Amino acid sequence: MPTEQSAPILELQDVRIRYGQIEAVKGISLQLHRGELVCLIGANGAGKTSTLNAIAGTLPIASGELRYQGQSITTQPAHLRVRQGVALVPEGRGIFTRLTVEENLRMGAYTRHEKQAVEADLERVYSMLPRVKERLAQVAGTLSGGEQQMVAIGRALLSRPKLLLLDEPSMGLAPLIVEKIFEVVQTVVKEGVTILLVEQNANLALEFAQRGYVMDGGLITITGSGDELLRDPRVRSAYLGETEETP
Amino acid sequence: MENLLQQIVNGLVVGSVYALVALGYTMVYGILGLINFAHGDVLMVGALVALQVATLLHKFWPGLHPLLILAISLGVAIPVCMLLGYVMERTAYRRLRNAPRLAPLITAIGVSFLLQTVAMIIWGRNYHSFPPLFPTIPLEPFPGVFITPVQVTILVASATLMVALIMLVNRTPLGRAMRATAENHRVASLMGVDTNKIISTTFILGSGLAAVAGVMHASNYGVAHYSMGFLPGLKAFTAAVLGGIGNLGGAMVGGIVLGLVETIGAGYIEQLSFGLLNSSYQDIFAFVILGIVLIFRPTGLLGERVSDRA
Repeated sequence: MPTEQSAPILELQDVRIRYGQIEAVKGISLQLHRGELVCLIGANGAGKTSTLNAIAGTLPIASGELRYQGQSITTQPAHLRVRQGVALVPEGRGIFTRLTVEENLRMGAYTRHEKQAVEADLERVYSMLPRVKERLAQVAGTLSGGEQQMVAIGRALLSRPKLLLLDEPSMGLAPLIVEKIFEVVQTVVKEGVTILLVEQNANLALEFAQRGYVMDGGLITITGSGDELLRDPRVRSAYLGETEETP
Repeated sequence: MENLLQQIVNGLVVGSVYALVALGYTMVYGILGLINFAHGDVLMVGALVALQVATLLHKFWPGLHPLLILAISLGVAIPVCMLLGYVMERTAYRRLRNAPRLAPLITAIGVSFLLQTVAMIIWGRNYHSFPPLFPTIPLEPFPGVFITPVQVTILVASATLMVALIMLVNRTPLGRAMRATAENHRVASLMGVDTNKIISTTFILGSGLAAVAGVMHASNYGVAHYSMGFLPGLKAFTAAVLGGIGNLGGAMVGGIVLGLVETIGAGYIEQLSFGLLNSSYQDIFAFVILGIVLIFRPTGLLGERVSDRA
Protein backbone atom coordinates (compact mmCIF):
# COMPACT_ATOMS: atom_id res chain seq x y z
CA MET A 1 0.00 0.00 0.00
CA PRO A 2 1.55 3.30 -1.02
CA THR A 3 1.39 5.89 1.70
CA GLU A 4 0.47 9.51 1.03
CA GLN A 5 4.14 10.49 0.99
CA SER A 6 5.27 7.96 -1.52
CA ALA A 7 2.39 8.68 -3.89
CA PRO A 8 3.96 9.70 -7.18
CA ILE A 9 3.91 13.38 -8.12
CA LEU A 10 3.55 12.37 -11.75
CA GLU A 11 2.14 9.22 -13.23
CA LEU A 12 1.68 8.25 -16.86
CA GLN A 13 -0.59 5.29 -17.57
CA ASP A 14 -0.47 3.67 -20.98
CA VAL A 15 -0.04 7.01 -22.75
CA ARG A 16 -0.24 7.04 -26.52
CA ILE A 17 0.53 10.01 -28.73
CA ARG A 18 -0.30 10.24 -32.42
CA TYR A 19 0.63 12.62 -35.17
CA GLY A 20 -2.01 11.89 -37.74
CA GLN A 21 -1.58 8.25 -38.66
CA ILE A 22 1.82 7.93 -37.06
CA GLU A 23 1.99 6.75 -33.49
CA ALA A 24 4.98 8.41 -31.82
CA VAL A 25 4.38 7.05 -28.34
CA LYS A 26 2.83 3.61 -28.17
CA GLY A 27 1.57 3.22 -24.64
CA ILE A 28 4.07 4.12 -21.96
CA SER A 29 3.70 4.17 -18.20
CA LEU A 30 6.07 5.85 -15.83
CA GLN A 31 6.14 7.35 -12.36
CA LEU A 32 8.06 10.16 -10.72
CA HIS A 33 8.29 10.61 -6.99
CA ARG A 34 8.71 13.87 -5.21
CA GLY A 35 12.27 15.17 -5.26
CA GLU A 36 13.56 12.66 -7.77
CA LEU A 37 15.76 13.40 -10.74
CA VAL A 38 14.74 10.95 -13.41
CA CYS A 39 16.05 10.84 -16.93
CA LEU A 40 14.52 9.68 -20.14
CA ILE A 41 17.04 8.59 -22.72
CA GLY A 42 16.80 7.17 -26.19
CA ALA A 43 17.61 7.76 -29.81
CA ASN A 44 16.15 10.49 -31.98
CA GLY A 45 12.49 9.88 -32.71
CA ALA A 46 12.03 7.56 -29.75
CA GLY A 47 9.18 9.75 -28.47
CA LYS A 48 10.98 11.51 -25.62
CA THR A 49 10.11 15.06 -26.61
CA SER A 50 6.52 14.09 -27.40
CA THR A 51 6.24 12.62 -23.93
CA LEU A 52 7.50 15.80 -22.28
CA ASN A 53 5.20 17.98 -24.39
CA ALA A 54 2.26 15.79 -23.44
CA ILE A 55 3.09 16.18 -19.75
CA ALA A 56 3.38 19.95 -20.13
CA GLY A 57 0.10 20.01 -22.04
CA THR A 58 1.13 21.40 -25.40
CA LEU A 59 0.50 18.07 -27.13
CA PRO A 60 -2.74 16.15 -26.70
CA ILE A 61 -2.56 12.45 -25.95
CA ALA A 62 -4.55 9.95 -27.98
CA SER A 63 -5.29 7.66 -25.06
CA GLY A 64 -4.11 6.83 -21.57
CA GLU A 65 -3.96 9.00 -18.51
CA LEU A 66 -1.74 11.66 -16.98
CA ARG A 67 -1.94 12.12 -13.24
CA TYR A 68 -0.21 14.93 -11.41
CA GLN A 69 -0.31 15.13 -7.61
CA GLY A 70 -2.99 12.49 -7.63
CA GLN A 71 -5.30 14.41 -10.01
CA SER A 72 -5.94 13.62 -13.64
CA ILE A 73 -4.60 16.40 -15.84
CA THR A 74 -5.15 14.55 -19.10
CA THR A 75 -7.37 17.20 -20.63
CA GLN A 76 -6.11 20.26 -18.78
CA PRO A 77 -4.65 22.95 -21.07
CA ALA A 78 -0.97 23.84 -20.75
CA HIS A 79 -1.47 27.29 -19.25
CA LEU A 80 -3.36 25.82 -16.31
CA ARG A 81 -0.77 23.13 -15.65
CA VAL A 82 1.85 25.84 -15.13
CA ARG A 83 -0.24 27.24 -12.32
CA GLN A 84 -0.13 23.86 -10.63
CA GLY A 85 3.65 23.73 -10.80
CA VAL A 86 4.51 21.96 -14.05
CA ALA A 87 7.20 23.77 -16.04
CA LEU A 88 8.83 22.72 -19.29
CA VAL A 89 12.11 24.00 -20.69
CA PRO A 90 11.35 23.12 -24.29
CA GLU A 91 13.62 21.59 -26.86
CA GLY A 92 15.53 24.36 -28.60
CA ARG A 93 15.01 26.55 -25.51
CA GLY A 94 11.96 28.47 -26.75
CA ILE A 95 13.39 31.85 -25.89
CA PHE A 96 11.32 34.89 -26.84
CA THR A 97 14.01 36.34 -29.07
CA ARG A 98 12.37 39.75 -29.43
CA LEU A 99 11.88 40.27 -25.71
CA THR A 100 14.71 41.35 -23.45
CA VAL A 101 16.36 38.87 -21.12
CA GLU A 102 14.57 40.39 -18.16
CA GLU A 103 11.21 40.26 -19.94
CA ASN A 104 11.85 36.60 -20.75
CA LEU A 105 12.51 35.86 -17.10
CA ARG A 106 9.45 37.80 -16.00
CA MET A 107 7.32 35.82 -18.43
CA GLY A 108 8.24 32.83 -16.30
CA ALA A 109 6.50 34.49 -13.37
CA TYR A 110 3.43 35.38 -15.46
CA THR A 111 1.03 33.42 -13.32
CA ARG A 112 2.36 34.75 -10.03
CA HIS A 113 1.12 37.87 -8.34
CA GLU A 114 3.16 38.04 -5.14
CA LYS A 115 5.45 40.84 -6.25
CA GLN A 116 8.05 40.59 -3.52
CA ALA A 117 8.47 36.85 -3.84
CA VAL A 118 8.92 37.22 -7.61
CA GLU A 119 11.60 39.88 -7.14
CA ALA A 120 13.35 37.65 -4.61
CA ASP A 121 13.21 34.72 -7.02
CA LEU A 122 14.62 36.92 -9.78
CA GLU A 123 17.57 37.75 -7.55
CA ARG A 124 18.04 34.08 -6.79
CA VAL A 125 18.11 33.25 -10.50
CA TYR A 126 20.63 36.03 -11.07
CA SER A 127 22.88 34.65 -8.37
CA MET A 128 22.62 31.16 -9.86
CA LEU A 129 23.27 32.44 -13.38
CA PRO A 130 25.58 35.45 -13.09
CA ARG A 131 26.09 35.61 -16.84
CA VAL A 132 22.40 36.26 -17.28
CA LYS A 133 22.43 39.22 -14.95
CA GLU A 134 24.95 41.07 -17.10
CA ARG A 135 22.58 40.92 -20.05
CA LEU A 136 19.18 41.80 -18.60
CA ALA A 137 18.38 44.67 -20.96
CA GLN A 138 19.63 42.85 -24.04
CA VAL A 139 17.19 41.43 -26.58
CA ALA A 140 17.32 37.69 -25.89
CA GLY A 141 17.80 36.76 -29.55
CA THR A 142 21.31 38.19 -29.37
CA LEU A 143 22.43 35.78 -26.64
CA SER A 144 24.65 32.77 -27.27
CA GLY A 145 23.11 29.32 -27.15
CA GLY A 146 24.42 28.64 -23.66
CA GLU A 147 23.11 31.92 -22.33
CA GLN A 148 19.74 31.27 -23.92
CA GLN A 149 19.59 27.88 -22.27
CA MET A 150 20.30 29.48 -18.92
CA VAL A 151 17.60 32.08 -19.49
CA ALA A 152 15.19 29.29 -20.43
CA ILE A 153 15.96 27.40 -17.22
CA GLY A 154 15.84 30.57 -15.12
CA ARG A 155 12.51 31.46 -16.70
CA ALA A 156 11.08 28.04 -15.85
CA LEU A 157 12.30 28.35 -12.24
CA LEU A 158 10.50 31.67 -11.88
CA SER A 159 7.18 29.86 -12.08
CA ARG A 160 8.23 28.07 -8.85
CA PRO A 161 7.78 24.62 -10.38
CA LYS A 162 7.21 21.48 -8.40
CA LEU A 163 7.89 19.41 -11.48
CA LEU A 164 10.49 20.62 -13.94
CA LEU A 165 10.71 19.04 -17.37
CA LEU A 166 13.99 19.60 -19.19
CA ASP A 167 14.22 18.78 -22.87
CA GLU A 168 17.83 18.30 -23.97
CA PRO A 169 19.38 21.16 -22.03
CA SER A 170 22.86 20.20 -23.25
CA MET A 171 22.03 20.23 -26.94
CA GLY A 172 24.63 22.00 -29.03
CA LEU A 173 26.46 23.50 -26.08
CA ALA A 174 30.13 23.51 -25.15
CA PRO A 175 31.16 21.08 -22.36
CA LEU A 176 31.96 23.86 -19.91
CA ILE A 177 28.49 25.35 -20.28
CA VAL A 178 26.87 21.93 -20.03
CA GLU A 179 28.71 21.44 -16.76
CA LYS A 180 27.39 24.76 -15.49
CA ILE A 181 23.87 23.87 -16.49
CA PHE A 182 24.02 20.55 -14.71
CA GLU A 183 25.29 22.31 -11.60
CA VAL A 184 22.14 24.42 -11.69
CA VAL A 185 20.02 21.30 -12.22
CA GLN A 186 21.56 19.72 -9.13
CA THR A 187 20.92 22.83 -7.06
CA VAL A 188 17.30 22.74 -8.14
CA VAL A 189 16.93 19.07 -7.21
CA LYS A 190 18.43 19.76 -3.80
CA GLU A 191 15.69 22.33 -3.25
CA GLY A 192 13.14 19.56 -3.62
CA VAL A 193 11.99 20.11 -7.20
CA THR A 194 11.20 16.92 -9.09
CA ILE A 195 12.93 16.77 -12.46
CA LEU A 196 12.29 14.75 -15.57
CA LEU A 197 15.27 15.15 -17.85
CA VAL A 198 15.37 14.18 -21.50
CA GLU A 199 18.90 13.79 -22.81
CA GLN A 200 20.72 12.47 -25.81
CA ASN A 201 23.88 12.62 -23.80
CA ALA A 202 22.98 9.49 -21.86
CA ASN A 203 26.27 9.24 -20.02
CA LEU A 204 25.84 12.64 -18.51
CA ALA A 205 22.17 12.16 -17.71
CA LEU A 206 22.65 8.79 -16.01
CA GLU A 207 25.51 10.11 -13.95
CA PHE A 208 23.21 12.65 -12.30
CA ALA A 209 19.89 10.84 -12.32
CA GLN A 210 18.63 8.55 -9.60
CA ARG A 211 16.57 6.58 -12.07
CA GLY A 212 16.19 6.38 -15.77
CA TYR A 213 13.88 5.14 -18.47
CA VAL A 214 15.11 4.12 -21.90
CA MET A 215 12.72 4.78 -24.78
CA ASP A 216 12.92 3.10 -28.12
CA GLY A 217 10.40 3.33 -30.94
CA GLY A 218 7.72 4.89 -28.75
CA LEU A 219 8.02 2.36 -25.94
CA ILE A 220 9.88 2.20 -22.67
CA THR A 221 12.23 -0.71 -23.12
CA ILE A 222 14.52 -0.61 -20.08
CA THR A 223 14.24 1.01 -16.69
CA GLY A 224 16.37 1.05 -13.59
CA SER A 225 18.56 3.16 -11.36
CA GLY A 226 21.15 5.42 -12.92
CA ASP A 227 23.96 3.06 -12.01
CA GLU A 228 22.14 -0.01 -13.26
CA LEU A 229 21.52 1.61 -16.61
CA LEU A 230 25.10 2.82 -16.83
CA ARG A 231 26.23 -0.79 -16.40
CA ASP A 232 23.55 -2.34 -18.59
CA PRO A 233 25.26 -3.74 -21.69
CA ARG A 234 22.23 -2.93 -23.92
CA VAL A 235 22.33 0.69 -22.81
CA ARG A 236 26.07 0.82 -23.14
CA SER A 237 26.07 -0.42 -26.69
CA ALA A 238 23.04 1.52 -27.91
CA TYR A 239 23.29 4.85 -26.12
CA LEU A 240 26.70 5.26 -24.56
CA GLY A 241 28.59 5.00 -27.80
CA GLU A 242 30.40 1.78 -26.95
CA THR A 243 31.00 -0.78 -29.59
CA GLU A 244 30.13 -4.31 -28.61
CA GLU A 245 33.27 -6.20 -27.91
CA THR A 246 33.50 -9.91 -27.70
CA PRO A 247 35.28 -10.86 -24.50
CA MET B 1 3.46 77.88 -49.22
CA GLU B 2 0.18 78.19 -47.33
CA ASN B 3 -1.17 75.62 -49.69
CA LEU B 4 1.56 73.15 -48.74
CA LEU B 5 1.16 73.84 -45.02
CA GLN B 6 -2.57 73.33 -45.38
CA GLN B 7 -2.01 70.02 -47.13
CA ILE B 8 0.35 68.93 -44.38
CA VAL B 9 -2.26 69.69 -41.73
CA ASN B 10 -4.91 67.79 -43.66
CA GLY B 11 -2.47 64.96 -44.29
CA LEU B 12 -1.65 64.61 -40.61
CA VAL B 13 -5.34 64.43 -39.78
CA VAL B 14 -6.16 61.83 -42.40
CA GLY B 15 -2.93 59.99 -41.59
CA SER B 16 -3.67 59.68 -37.92
CA VAL B 17 -7.02 58.07 -38.71
CA TYR B 18 -5.21 55.63 -41.02
CA ALA B 19 -2.68 55.00 -38.28
CA LEU B 20 -5.35 54.07 -35.74
CA VAL B 21 -6.89 51.60 -38.15
CA ALA B 22 -3.49 50.31 -39.26
CA LEU B 23 -2.68 49.47 -35.63
CA GLY B 24 -5.59 47.04 -35.58
CA TYR B 25 -4.39 45.33 -38.77
CA THR B 26 -0.85 45.09 -37.57
CA MET B 27 -1.66 43.83 -34.06
CA VAL B 28 -3.78 41.01 -35.40
CA TYR B 29 -1.21 40.20 -38.05
CA GLY B 30 1.56 40.20 -35.45
CA ILE B 31 -0.21 37.70 -33.26
CA LEU B 32 -2.00 35.47 -35.78
CA GLY B 33 -0.36 36.13 -39.14
CA LEU B 34 -3.85 37.01 -40.38
CA ILE B 35 -4.85 40.02 -42.48
CA ASN B 36 -8.27 40.79 -41.04
CA PHE B 37 -9.86 42.35 -44.09
CA ALA B 38 -13.05 42.98 -42.13
CA HIS B 39 -11.20 45.44 -39.92
CA GLY B 40 -12.17 48.44 -42.09
CA ASP B 41 -15.80 47.52 -41.66
CA VAL B 42 -15.45 47.69 -37.91
CA LEU B 43 -14.65 51.36 -38.49
CA MET B 44 -17.91 51.64 -40.44
CA VAL B 45 -19.90 49.97 -37.67
CA GLY B 46 -18.33 52.35 -35.17
CA ALA B 47 -19.32 55.37 -37.21
CA LEU B 48 -22.88 54.21 -37.87
CA VAL B 49 -23.54 53.15 -34.29
CA ALA B 50 -22.27 56.52 -33.10
CA LEU B 51 -24.47 58.23 -35.67
CA GLN B 52 -27.47 56.22 -34.53
CA VAL B 53 -26.86 57.13 -30.91
CA ALA B 54 -26.33 60.80 -31.76
CA THR B 55 -29.55 60.85 -33.80
CA LEU B 56 -31.53 59.30 -30.95
CA LEU B 57 -30.05 61.74 -28.47
CA HIS B 58 -30.97 64.65 -30.75
CA LYS B 59 -34.49 63.36 -30.95
CA PHE B 60 -35.13 62.66 -27.28
CA TRP B 61 -32.91 65.22 -25.60
CA PRO B 62 -32.82 68.17 -27.96
CA GLY B 63 -30.38 70.79 -26.81
CA LEU B 64 -27.97 68.33 -25.23
CA HIS B 65 -24.43 69.66 -25.44
CA PRO B 66 -22.73 68.38 -28.62
CA LEU B 67 -19.63 67.28 -26.74
CA LEU B 68 -21.78 65.23 -24.40
CA ILE B 69 -23.45 63.68 -27.43
CA LEU B 70 -20.03 62.87 -28.81
CA ALA B 71 -18.93 61.30 -25.53
CA ILE B 72 -22.06 59.15 -25.27
CA SER B 73 -21.90 58.11 -28.92
CA LEU B 74 -18.30 57.05 -28.52
CA GLY B 75 -19.15 55.40 -25.22
CA VAL B 76 -21.61 53.18 -27.08
CA ALA B 77 -19.71 52.73 -30.35
CA ILE B 78 -16.45 51.60 -28.74
CA PRO B 79 -17.89 48.72 -26.67
CA VAL B 80 -20.12 47.66 -29.58
CA CYS B 81 -17.09 47.41 -31.86
CA MET B 82 -15.04 45.68 -29.18
CA LEU B 83 -17.77 43.09 -28.85
CA LEU B 84 -17.92 42.79 -32.62
CA GLY B 85 -14.15 42.19 -32.77
CA TYR B 86 -14.40 39.56 -30.06
CA VAL B 87 -17.29 37.75 -31.74
CA MET B 88 -15.56 37.91 -35.13
CA GLU B 89 -12.48 36.15 -33.79
CA ARG B 90 -14.39 33.71 -31.64
CA THR B 91 -16.80 32.55 -34.30
CA ALA B 92 -15.00 33.03 -37.62
CA TYR B 93 -11.24 32.94 -37.13
CA ARG B 94 -10.57 30.78 -34.10
CA ARG B 95 -11.68 27.55 -35.67
CA LEU B 96 -9.40 28.30 -38.63
CA ARG B 97 -6.38 28.89 -36.41
CA ASN B 98 -4.51 25.88 -37.81
CA ALA B 99 -6.00 25.93 -41.30
CA PRO B 100 -3.94 26.89 -44.36
CA ARG B 101 -3.48 30.65 -44.49
CA LEU B 102 -5.78 31.18 -47.43
CA ALA B 103 -8.83 29.94 -45.50
CA PRO B 104 -8.86 32.65 -42.80
CA LEU B 105 -8.02 35.29 -45.41
CA ILE B 106 -11.04 34.39 -47.53
CA THR B 107 -13.13 34.15 -44.37
CA ALA B 108 -12.06 37.69 -43.47
CA ILE B 109 -13.30 38.94 -46.84
CA GLY B 110 -16.54 37.08 -46.20
CA VAL B 111 -16.90 38.69 -42.78
CA SER B 112 -16.34 42.06 -44.45
CA PHE B 113 -19.21 41.42 -46.92
CA LEU B 114 -21.38 40.19 -44.09
CA LEU B 115 -20.83 43.31 -42.00
CA GLN B 116 -21.48 45.60 -44.96
CA THR B 117 -24.64 43.79 -45.90
CA VAL B 118 -26.01 43.75 -42.38
CA ALA B 119 -25.18 47.45 -42.05
CA MET B 120 -26.94 48.12 -45.34
CA ILE B 121 -30.03 46.29 -44.10
CA ILE B 122 -30.04 48.24 -40.83
CA TRP B 123 -29.07 51.70 -42.05
CA GLY B 124 -29.99 51.58 -45.70
CA ARG B 125 -27.93 52.36 -48.75
CA ASN B 126 -27.98 56.13 -48.42
CA TYR B 127 -25.28 58.43 -47.29
CA HIS B 128 -26.15 59.82 -43.88
CA SER B 129 -24.86 63.19 -42.90
CA PHE B 130 -22.89 62.93 -39.72
CA PRO B 131 -23.95 65.71 -37.34
CA PRO B 132 -21.31 68.32 -36.54
CA LEU B 133 -20.54 67.59 -32.91
CA PHE B 134 -17.92 70.30 -32.67
CA PRO B 135 -17.96 74.03 -33.16
CA THR B 136 -17.46 74.43 -36.88
CA ILE B 137 -15.54 77.69 -37.00
CA PRO B 138 -12.08 76.79 -38.24
CA LEU B 139 -9.02 78.04 -36.44
CA GLU B 140 -6.30 79.82 -38.33
CA PRO B 141 -2.99 79.08 -36.60
CA PHE B 142 -0.99 80.55 -39.50
CA PRO B 143 -2.34 83.06 -41.96
CA GLY B 144 -4.06 81.16 -44.73
CA VAL B 145 -3.84 77.78 -42.97
CA PHE B 146 -7.07 76.46 -41.47
CA ILE B 147 -7.72 73.68 -39.06
CA THR B 148 -11.12 72.78 -37.68
CA PRO B 149 -11.72 71.87 -34.04
CA VAL B 150 -12.67 68.39 -35.27
CA GLN B 151 -9.24 68.03 -36.82
CA VAL B 152 -7.48 69.28 -33.71
CA THR B 153 -9.41 66.72 -31.68
CA ILE B 154 -8.53 63.96 -34.12
CA LEU B 155 -4.84 64.79 -33.87
CA VAL B 156 -4.82 64.98 -30.09
CA ALA B 157 -7.00 61.94 -29.53
CA SER B 158 -5.13 59.69 -31.91
CA ALA B 159 -1.75 60.76 -30.56
CA THR B 160 -2.98 59.99 -27.04
CA LEU B 161 -4.36 56.60 -28.02
CA MET B 162 -1.17 55.66 -29.82
CA VAL B 163 1.02 56.58 -26.87
CA ALA B 164 -1.32 54.65 -24.56
CA LEU B 165 -1.16 51.59 -26.79
CA ILE B 166 2.64 51.70 -27.00
CA MET B 167 2.82 51.95 -23.22
CA LEU B 168 0.39 49.07 -22.82
CA VAL B 169 2.32 46.82 -25.18
CA ASN B 170 5.81 47.69 -24.00
CA ARG B 171 5.36 48.36 -20.30
CA THR B 172 2.66 46.12 -18.87
CA PRO B 173 2.49 42.38 -18.14
CA LEU B 174 -0.44 42.14 -20.57
CA GLY B 175 1.64 43.75 -23.30
CA ARG B 176 4.53 41.45 -22.52
CA ALA B 177 2.22 38.47 -22.81
CA MET B 178 0.94 39.83 -26.13
CA ARG B 179 4.46 40.13 -27.49
CA ALA B 180 5.39 36.70 -26.17
CA THR B 181 2.29 35.18 -27.77
CA ALA B 182 3.03 36.97 -31.03
CA GLU B 183 6.43 35.34 -31.09
CA ASN B 184 5.49 31.83 -30.00
CA HIS B 185 2.02 30.70 -28.95
CA ARG B 186 3.20 27.36 -27.63
CA VAL B 187 5.96 28.69 -25.41
CA ALA B 188 3.71 31.51 -24.21
CA SER B 189 1.21 28.90 -23.05
CA LEU B 190 4.05 27.13 -21.23
CA MET B 191 4.49 30.36 -19.26
CA GLY B 192 0.87 30.13 -18.17
CA VAL B 193 -0.48 32.56 -20.74
CA ASP B 194 -3.99 31.78 -21.92
CA THR B 195 -3.19 32.55 -25.54
CA ASN B 196 -6.82 32.48 -26.62
CA LYS B 197 -7.53 35.26 -24.17
CA ILE B 198 -4.57 37.25 -25.47
CA ILE B 199 -5.78 36.87 -29.05
CA SER B 200 -9.28 37.97 -28.03
CA THR B 201 -7.79 40.96 -26.25
CA THR B 202 -5.88 41.88 -29.39
CA PHE B 203 -9.04 41.87 -31.48
CA ILE B 204 -10.88 43.84 -28.80
CA LEU B 205 -8.19 46.52 -28.60
CA GLY B 206 -7.89 46.84 -32.37
CA SER B 207 -11.65 47.09 -32.78
CA GLY B 208 -11.90 49.76 -30.09
CA LEU B 209 -9.33 51.83 -31.97
CA ALA B 210 -11.25 51.28 -35.20
CA ALA B 211 -14.44 52.54 -33.56
CA VAL B 212 -12.71 55.75 -32.56
CA ALA B 213 -11.25 56.07 -36.04
CA GLY B 214 -14.71 55.56 -37.53
CA VAL B 215 -16.20 58.40 -35.54
CA MET B 216 -13.22 60.59 -36.44
CA HIS B 217 -13.48 59.74 -40.11
CA ALA B 218 -17.21 60.43 -40.22
CA SER B 219 -16.83 63.68 -38.25
CA ASN B 220 -14.04 64.84 -40.53
CA TYR B 221 -15.99 64.23 -43.75
CA GLY B 222 -19.47 64.74 -42.31
CA VAL B 223 -20.89 61.55 -43.85
CA ALA B 224 -21.39 57.91 -42.93
CA HIS B 225 -22.69 54.96 -44.93
CA TYR B 226 -22.52 51.19 -45.04
CA SER B 227 -19.49 50.90 -47.30
CA MET B 228 -17.48 53.74 -45.83
CA GLY B 229 -15.07 51.29 -44.18
CA PHE B 230 -13.79 49.78 -47.39
CA LEU B 231 -11.45 52.48 -48.63
CA PRO B 232 -9.99 53.62 -45.30
CA GLY B 233 -9.60 49.93 -44.43
CA LEU B 234 -7.65 49.25 -47.58
CA LYS B 235 -5.55 52.35 -47.07
CA ALA B 236 -4.85 51.51 -43.45
CA PHE B 237 -3.78 48.07 -44.61
CA THR B 238 -1.45 49.84 -47.06
CA ALA B 239 -0.16 51.95 -44.19
CA ALA B 240 0.50 48.85 -42.10
CA VAL B 241 2.42 47.24 -44.97
CA LEU B 242 4.27 50.47 -45.63
CA GLY B 243 5.42 50.66 -42.02
CA GLY B 244 6.19 46.95 -41.83
CA ILE B 245 3.26 44.71 -40.98
CA GLY B 246 3.36 43.37 -37.44
CA ASN B 247 5.23 46.42 -36.23
CA LEU B 248 3.29 48.89 -34.07
CA GLY B 249 5.59 51.84 -34.63
CA GLY B 250 5.52 51.01 -38.32
CA ALA B 251 1.73 51.22 -38.45
CA MET B 252 1.82 54.71 -36.97
CA VAL B 253 4.60 55.94 -39.22
CA GLY B 254 2.99 54.25 -42.23
CA GLY B 255 -0.38 55.86 -41.49
CA ILE B 256 1.04 59.34 -41.13
CA VAL B 257 3.29 59.02 -44.20
CA LEU B 258 0.43 57.69 -46.28
CA GLY B 259 -1.88 60.49 -45.17
CA LEU B 260 0.74 63.10 -46.03
CA VAL B 261 1.62 61.62 -49.40
CA GLU B 262 -2.01 61.32 -50.30
CA THR B 263 -3.11 64.85 -49.44
CA ILE B 264 0.03 66.55 -50.67
CA GLY B 265 -0.15 64.44 -53.80
CA ALA B 266 -3.79 65.35 -54.29
CA GLY B 267 -2.87 69.01 -53.94
CA TYR B 268 -0.31 68.82 -56.70
CA ILE B 269 -1.60 66.02 -58.88
CA GLU B 270 -2.86 68.43 -61.54
CA GLN B 271 0.56 70.01 -61.95
CA LEU B 272 2.27 66.62 -61.73
CA SER B 273 0.14 65.11 -64.47
CA PHE B 274 0.03 68.25 -66.64
CA GLY B 275 -3.66 68.70 -66.07
CA LEU B 276 -4.55 65.14 -67.02
CA LEU B 277 -5.67 64.10 -63.54
CA ASN B 278 -7.34 66.11 -60.78
CA SER B 279 -7.56 65.70 -57.03
CA SER B 280 -10.38 63.18 -57.23
CA TYR B 281 -7.67 60.73 -58.23
CA GLN B 282 -6.01 61.03 -54.84
CA ASP B 283 -6.69 57.37 -54.02
CA ILE B 284 -4.09 56.44 -56.63
CA PHE B 285 -1.30 57.33 -54.25
CA ALA B 286 -2.10 54.75 -51.62
CA PHE B 287 -2.09 51.92 -54.09
CA VAL B 288 0.94 53.10 -55.99
CA ILE B 289 2.75 53.13 -52.65
CA LEU B 290 1.43 49.66 -51.81
CA GLY B 291 2.76 48.36 -55.11
CA ILE B 292 6.14 50.00 -54.71
CA VAL B 293 6.58 48.78 -51.13
CA LEU B 294 5.59 45.23 -51.99
CA ILE B 295 8.00 45.16 -54.92
CA PHE B 296 11.02 46.87 -53.42
CA ARG B 297 10.72 46.58 -49.67
CA PRO B 298 8.15 43.97 -48.66
CA THR B 299 9.23 44.19 -45.03
CA GLY B 300 8.17 47.85 -44.96
CA LEU B 301 9.92 50.91 -43.64
CA LEU B 302 10.46 49.56 -40.13
CA GLY B 303 9.96 45.90 -40.90
CA GLU B 304 13.32 44.73 -39.68
CA ARG B 305 13.20 46.56 -36.40
CA VAL B 306 11.26 43.88 -34.70
CA SER B 307 11.88 44.55 -31.02
CA ASP B 308 8.56 46.33 -30.53
CA ARG B 309 6.35 44.00 -32.48
CA ALA B 310 3.09 42.91 -30.98
